[in-house]
Amino acid sequence: MTTLRETAPWQSVDTLPRSDGARVDHLAVLGLVPPGARVLDIGCGDGSLLALLRDRRGVDGRGIELSREGVNACLARGLPVIQGDADTDLENYPDDAFDVVVLSQTIQATRNPRIVLEHLLRIGRQVVISFPNFGHWRVRAELAFRGRMPVTALMPEAWYETQNIHHCTIRDFVGLCRMVGAQIETASALNASGRPMRFAMPWWVWNLMGAQGVFLLRRGERS
Amino acid sequence: MDTSLDLAPAPGASHEEARLRAFAPEVSQAADPTSPVASFGPDEPLAMDAGVALSPFQIAYQTAGTLNAERSNAVLICHALTGDQHFAHTHPVTGKPGWWETLVGPGKPIDTDRYFVICSNVIGSCMGSTGPASIDAATGRPYGLDFPLVTIRDMVRAQAMLLDRLEIPDLFLCIGGSMGGMQVLQWAASYPERVFAAMPIATGARHSAQNIAFHEVGRQAIMADPAWAEGRYLEEGTRPAKGLGVARMGAHITYLSEPALHRKFGRRFQGGSAPTFSFNADFQIESYLRHQGLSFVERFDANAYLYLTRAMDYFDLAADQGGVLANAFRGTKTRFCVMSFTSDWLFPTADSRAIVHALNAASAPVAFVEVESDKGHDAFLLDEPVMFAAAKGFIEAAARARGL
Repeated sequence: MTTLRETAPWQSVDTLPRSDGARVDHLAVLGLVPPGARVLDIGCGDGSLLALLRDRRGVDGRGIELSREGVNACLARGLPVIQGDADTDLENYPDDAFDVVVLSQTIQATRNPRIVLEHLLRIGRQVVISFPNFGHWRVRAELAFRGRMPVTALMPEAWYETQNIHHCTIRDFVGLCRMVGAQIETASALNASGRPMRFAMPWWVWNLMGAQGVFLLRRGERS
Repeated sequence: MDTSLDLAPAPGASHEEARLRAFAPEVSQAADPTSPVASFGPDEPLAMDAGVALSPFQIAYQTAGTLNAERSNAVLICHALTGDQHFAHTHPVTGKPGWWETLVGPGKPIDTDRYFVICSNVIGSCMGSTGPASIDAATGRPYGLDFPLVTIRDMVRAQAMLLDRLEIPDLFLCIGGSMGGMQVLQWAASYPERVFAAMPIATGARHSAQNIAFHEVGRQAIMADPAWAEGRYLEEGTRPAKGLGVARMGAHITYLSEPALHRKFGRRFQGGSAPTFSFNADFQIESYLRHQGLSFVERFDANAYLYLTRAMDYFDLAADQGGVLANAFRGTKTRFCVMSFTSDWLFPTADSRAIVHALNAASAPVAFVEVESDKGHDAFLLDEPVMFAAAKGFIEAAARARGL
């Protein structure tokens, strides 16, 4: 039996500016990245987070993106992004290549989340990872009362067409962190509108009320 | 096709040169190209990897656009194996438009309204830069196989000397496909401080065993032609046209893809619907390949083909760095955009990924795009909107970063 801390480590991110149309979950990541850091964003999409980090934090940002459209959008923003795949391309990066590695809303779509997470911890001194929480009450309600796989804002596709093949809850993810020896520096849960939940609460509340988890991890000793 | 020859010898040209020029158009270009030439005298030899100081030598080149006052908007295009300096200019032998007018021109991704674009014929080729078809000043005869073996690094050294001559301190962009991409990688490795942005396309950091094998078949075809005359065909008054044609036919297959061949030719018959029960070119694909072979012979020198294929075979950027490709790019400030094509089996995407992984390991800023295309290796020369969009995005962002 894993002994989770009673209260999740709290990160104060609700003082961030949010007037410019940047995605709120991106702003939550922004708060975790120190200025001037070397950042790798895996699954960087059209590069909006990388551009935000570059413009607001002066980071030296790199990206990996699966879709050609995403890569082209990144090129047009002047971002060095390679067309690639978290499952196959991470092994080619050297240890400690980046200060921060970001994996945003992607781990549930990888073939082997455990190996991906281990690579993240190896490549980056810090890892920022966010994922949809399959323990969210809406998800539970869909399953419990309608008996259907949930379709939500963060998981918008039906079961037969979704890229998400490895769903997990916040508690599941905490368990994986322990298994691979990741230290949780901070963790927060974002509500359905992507805003951080305001008060320190026990894990089970987050696991029920958080639509997504945002974790800041660091490589630690294996238990 | 323009096959008219200027039979009057240029002032100062030797009798041998005049005779050669009258003999064949491609040799005419070797001696007296239809483009500007930079000549390097005895005080400026080219130090070649073969251990030879080549002197005198010349580089034929073409330009488009205007160099700005800061001399900061220069783009170097590196051409492929059988390419030439006429990237945006009518070819003097075939009369065809410039080979990269799809990508280069006013308003195109390489915008000649904004950048000063240079392309030089590589050393060892036959379009005006010194190569095996040039006259050896020491003997008064064509070099033939007396020409030293050429490497990709030699080509790049010569290009750097040309830039020095043109008083261009550094390049805004160095770009090329296939053998041109090899030169781009060599530029980034040899002169990182002179390359702001680099685009190696459809290329590899080394030539694969399969590619060396294809090249060797081509070379053996040339050498098996009695008209090759141990490389002395220019003096013998013969041409290894059959051998060179076969070499080109074989190579041309590697530039395409099965889906492209199937779409273009399928199993369709040439001028009929039934086999002729002969070895005539029954199939359209046979006729097409024969045409490719024949037209190539009219514009290219067989010995130059031997030398340039060899240069590609020898290319292995990691071998110069203790086997670690990343070491070739350690500490580089150059921004890279690597590009490959899904159906390219000559330089498959895996080759480009190896470059990208090395650049990542060296912490170099690198973008990578794999373009979906069924046109094979030659896709980089063709109308590929996805490639153009990616190139435009990368080049414009680089121009912003350089203040152009």
